[in-house]
Formats: sequence, C-alpha cells, structure tokens
Amino acid sequence: MDEITHGFFQAIHLILSADPALFEIVWLSLRVSGIALLLSTTLGVPMGAALGLARVWARGLITAFLYTGMGLPPVVVGLFVYLMLSRSGPFGALGWLFTPSAMIVAQVIIAFPLVAGLTMAAVQGVDAALRMQVRSLGATRWQELWAVLREARIGVVAAIVAGFGGIISEVGAVMLVGGNIEGKTRVLTTAIVLNTRTGEFALAIALGVILLALAFVANIAMLRLQGRS
Amino acid sequence: MKRTHWLLGLLILAAALSACAGTPTPAPPQPPAPPATSAPAPTAAAKAATTPTSIRSAVGSGCHLILSTTTSTFDSGLLGFILPDFEKKFNCKVDVVAVGTGQAMQIGQRGDADVVLVHDRAREDKFVADGYAKERFDVMYNDFIIVGPKDDPAQVKGMATAADAFQAIANAKATFMSRGDGSGTHAAEMRIWATIGITPTKSLEWYNSLGQGMGETLLSSNEKGAYTVTDRGTWLATASKLPNLVVLVGGNHISENKERALYNLYGLMAVNPDKFKGINAEMANNFVKWMVSPETQKMIGDFKDKATGQPLFYPNAK
Repeated sequence: MDEITHGFFQAIHLILSADPALFEIVWLSLRVSGIALLLSTTLGVPMGAALGLARVWARGLITAFLYTGMGLPPVVVGLFVYLMLSRSGPFGALGWLFTPSAMIVAQVIIAFPLVAGLTMAAVQGVDAALRMQVRSLGATRWQELWAVLREARIGVVAAIVAGFGGIISEVGAVMLVGGNIEGKTRVLTTAIVLNTRTGEFALAIALGVILLALAFVANIAMLRLQGRS
Repeated sequence: MKRTHWLLGLLILAAALSACAGTPTPAPPQPPAPPATSAPAPTAAAKAATTPTSIRSAVGSGCHLILSTTTSTFDSGLLGFILPDFEKKFNCKVDVVAVGTGQAMQIGQRGDADVVLVHDRAREDKFVADGYAKERFDVMYNDFIIVGPKDDPAQVKGMATAADAFQAIANAKATFMSRGDGSGTHAAEMRIWATIGITPTKSLEWYNSLGQGMGETLLSSNEKGAYTVTDRGTWLATASKLPNLVVLVGGNHISENKERALYNLYGLMAVNPDKFKGINAEMANNFVKWMVSPETQKMIGDFKDKATGQPLFYPNAK
C-alpha cells in the first residue's frame, strides 16, 4: 500500500518539478497516440459511415472482420508490424523499426477497427427518415453523409474515444516495435513496465497516475465534440 | 458552434501531426519544457524531445547504433554507467533495446540490431556458427545463485553443487519457480536440470514455469515460498523487498560461489554486415573494440551495487 500512496505523491512531485525526462515521455506518448488516432479517425470514420449507410457487398463479413479486429491482442499486432518492418521483412528498407513511426503504424492497426466498427454501429442507429428528408431537400451524397454523421455524433465521438483509450494505454505493441529506447521510443506505458521490472514500484504508479490524468483530460476535450447531449 | 468545435479538434491534431511528420527546421510546439532556454546546459533528454519522428531518416548526420541486449545489463544500470563514454568518444548514440535473451538474439538474427550483448553461451555459439556474427567476444561475467524459503523444506542450504540442490528440490517436491521465458537465466536452469536427467514439465505439481522476468519471478517465489535461480545482480538489487527468501547455494559473494555451472558469461557479437543491408558495421566494430578495451573493462568492474558495494559484473575480456 505504501507504494500506492507514495506513487501518488511522486506523481504530483514529478508534474510540479517539470521533470524534462517526464515531459519527453509524455510528449512522445501524446504524439504517437495522437497521430495514430488522427489517421485511424480519417480512415475509420468515413469507412464506418460508408459501411453503415451503403448497401455494401458482403457487409456481414466485413462487419465480422471489423468486430474481430476490435479484439486484436496488441502484442500480436506488434509482432506482425515488427516482422513487416524488420530488416529481414518486406518493409525493412524504410528503417522504421525502433522509431516512433513503427509505433504509430501498430497503433493505427489497433485503433482503426475500434473507430470504424463503432462508427458503423452509430451510423446504423440513425433514423432512416432523416436521410430521406435530407435527400428530398436536395442534398448531395456528401452533405447527406455529413448530416448523418452529425446526427450520430455521440456514437462517433465515443468511437474515437474508444480508439484513443485502446492505444494510449497499450503496451504490448509499442514495446515490441518501439523497443522502449530511452529518449527515442520510451512512452508512458513502456516506462511503467520498465519501472515495474526494476522494482521502482512507486515511480511506476506515479507514471500510471499521470497516464490516467492525461487520458482524462483528452477525453474531456473529445467529449466537448459531442456538444450538448 | 459545433462545426467550429470539430474544426478546432482537427486543427489541434493536424498541428500535432505536422510537428511529428519530419519537418526538421521549425521546433515543434513544445510542452512547457524550460530546459532548452533557461538551463545553462540542455540535457540530452531535452534535446531528444525535439527529434523528429523517424530517427533513422531524420537524424541524417546523427550516428546511432542499435544494441539489443538482455534486461539485466540495462536494468542493473550498467549500460547507463558505461555508454556515455562510448557516445562521447565516437559521437554516436547507442539505442538500447533491452529484452529477454531469446528476443535479443532474434532481433540480431533478423538484422534489426547492430550489436548483441547476451548471456547464453550455447545459443551464442550457434549464432556465430549460423553466420549471424563473425565472432563472439567475452566481455564480463557474474553468477547465478539458488534462493529459496527460509525454512528450506528441501534442505539444500550449503550444498556444493547446483545439481545436488536441484535433485533435493525434486526429491522433496518443493515448490520451484522457473523463469520459463527462454532467457539466459532460464537456459542456465535448464542446463542444470539436464545434468541430473530431469525434464521439468507442467505435469510436475511442484514446478512452475512462469514465463516472466527475473523481478516478477523473485516476487512470486517470495509470495509462494518457492525455490528459484536468479542472477546475483537482480537478487542484490531486490533482496530488501523479498523478506521470505535467502541465498541457499552460491553464497553471499561471487568469491564464495565454487559452482562452475552457476557462472553467467556475457558474450558480445557484432551482427554480420554481409547478411543484412543497413547494419552499422563500422560503429559496431568500434563498439566491440571499445567494450573489450582495458579502460571500459575497468569501468565495468567499477560499477557497483549501491547497497552492498559489490560489483555487479566482472570484466573478463581477453
């Protein structure tokens, strides 16, 4: 129990002392997960919406794939991305392994099914009458899509939030493809693993507290997108 | 109103993206990190924060070397102690990927590291034989010890050989915790079982293969009153948190350990540049030469456990 209380105080101390090593880790966590989320959102929201609205061939199968993707173990994603980006793998020439780029790739693969799948579910929940109405007012396809997305925004933002939660807290994939290199690919979650492994339990708890606080602030910001609801 | 919120959110994300996407000239929007301006000497950590995303491509002029190694060399603090000297001398940053020995060797075998520092002699020799490295170098050693519960139900305290101790544990069916993770420590344990003709399997009630790191395995042993094999360094670093465990074979100092089977040799190998494209061969060779040089060897011996003053690694380069 000592470690937990000590961890809380250490978290506060770390934040107040503006520890540069901590800021570096926090900044990298936000950068990697932020970019991964942006990419997953720009790909996943339109695709989820399209799947939810259009009569796509084999939608059932695609849906099953997406929902299965939501349950992908991050370690498996990490191993897959590692083998792809390895110097012995097909994309080794990129030189992305053990860099933040590799971590972003892995996190996009983790977050994309969450964003696309939940967006699809949200869009399917929108009353079909709205689409008829918008179309009868002479809306283009894109305007129609936009109207439906706005109507479904609570669910869509929840999809983005779920994607963010999935990757900011993820450790298995970033550990494998990033390598937890100090000053280069060390993020909050891998730093927590390292400190646990070396017995620095209080510091690990402190980083956990900071991770939660960050996720909380980020989620508040994203929830504002839902507007009054 | 809502539309502006959406746009604002996208704008923030886009800003984050552009900060990352590899435009090296303008400094990315920094979090409130004062050191770059206010502190007289910016730390390495603060500088690294401004490094663009892709290290390999973006730091065109910046040399860096990837060292894949076991958790013990990094977690003990040894690499943090000696590497700054190399980085200064050769003006080359060392990226340490600290993982289990099994994974560290895999990373080397796929050409994803430039140098490999591990402790599993049999696999190291195979690594060289298979052509992944041209040569293996001795750099340092320490030792393993057998720890167990204070009441010592298998009566192994003071036994001269690890094999006798293992036999006693097996006879008593006393709870034993194995790393079970393909690490160098796990390999050493398996070698000892092999000498007495026992192949531990999950059907043995008393044998537990954890698949975890040394720290976790020691904690579990402490909780369950089990025997386990540990490297002395990790034991020294964590013994204060393991009140139920004591050293049973190997003594309190490496000089008391007469058992050859418990010696833990670290081998250093530069990955063969003929096998893979993109290996930083020149710097890898510099690194090997530097590690076996008398100055670095002395530094390794000077690195001591804070609590006990014992060295954690003993240099033995030829």
